[in-house]
Amino acid sequence: MAHIDLKNDEPGIRGPMAYSPETAKPMNELAEILLRSENNSLTKGERELIGTYVSYLNDCFFCQSVHGAMAGYYMECDIQHINDLKQNFLNSDLSEKMKALLVIAGSVQKGGKYVTDEQIRYAREKGALDKEIHDTVLIAAAFCMFNRYVDGLGTSAPGDPQIYVNRAPMRAAQGYIGSVPAAVHE
Amino acid sequence: MAYINVPEGVPGIRSLAMFRPETGKHLYELAQVLLRGPSPLTEAEREIIATFVSSRNNCKFCANSHGAAAKVLLGDGAQLMDDVIKDYQTAGISDKLKALLNIAGKVQILGKEVKQQDIDSARLAGANDLDIHDTVLIAATFSMFNRYVDGLATLTPNEPGDYLEMGKRLAEKGYAVPQSQTVQQS
Repeated sequence: MAHIDLKNDEPGIRGPMAYSPETAKPMNELAEILLRSENNSLTKGERELIGTYVSYLNDCFFCQSVHGAMAGYYMECDIQHINDLKQNFLNSDLSEKMKALLVIAGSVQKGGKYVTDEQIRYAREKGALDKEIHDTVLIAAAFCMFNRYVDGLGTSAPGDPQIYVNRAPMRAAQGYIGSVPAAVHE
Repeated sequence: MAYINVPEGVPGIRSLAMFRPETGKHLYELAQVLLRGPSPLTEAEREIIATFVSSRNNCKFCANSHGAAAKVLLGDGAQLMDDVIKDYQTAGISDKLKALLNIAGKVQILGKEVKQQDIDSARLAGANDLDIHDTVLIAATFSMFNRYVDGLATLTPNEPGDYLEMGKRLAEKGYAVPQSQTVQQS
């Protein structure tokens, strides 16, 4: 049971988004451009992984399940591999650039001021561009919003991780803009 | 110096919206609908919540600019903004707003920190579902904005006077996405 009557039975963030379509619109448009736009030198898998990692640090079950499944779908790996990355990406086969960006994302999760000159310099050394650093910080910051929206209202979500894995191909095809029931939008 | 190549001399989130207008327009639309759109909370109350969360996140740019907007909206009661930041429990605001600030403070820490008793206290003080929804989303959204602004080390003006114009603009004109410099020149 959510903390308020959302007037729908949608899981996770979809509940409050259907409840408040006016605010859901720019939130979904932001997610779409950040995570799904083709015009980006970070792969969709890399961007979903940043969102997954931050959601994991924020202990948000719904977001890390949805976006972990999306990352696994794009990266063509199973959910166990994504779970391993969340816990120990530094000892993984991710690129050094991606590891440096995940370190920055981890700092953003704690608070904006935790990002250091040193972390930025290291990411650049490993090939990160300005736009990639920007998008990493904004994705991490945006998930600090999404995670708080989902858990701050006490929304409920399916507990079986496989459900999210099964849904990932459909969400990848349809994107985030249409993710809230259209009927409620009217 | 910001961590990325944003336009020089432009402060805070404005510089980021000019660096990446594709994401900037959705962020400004979210701020506009959330802080100026339909809500049972007054515009001043919403700016107070935004300022309170930004202050807890130590984000000087957001706390000063939204604090200045709140003061303009509060008019003769402008002192209330400083009183809330000092100690909202003893400030001359309604019990409902105090209970909502309590929820916002929990969201600032993490979504899961919001407990049933926080919701119950807010309801007892007269808050309805929409009050609670808007409070949680404002607190979540500023947990994003604060991290975005500080995570990229954007320009933060030092003098309180620098924020007076900003506050006036935000109070009177709302959140209009800044045009990029090339557009202004043409």
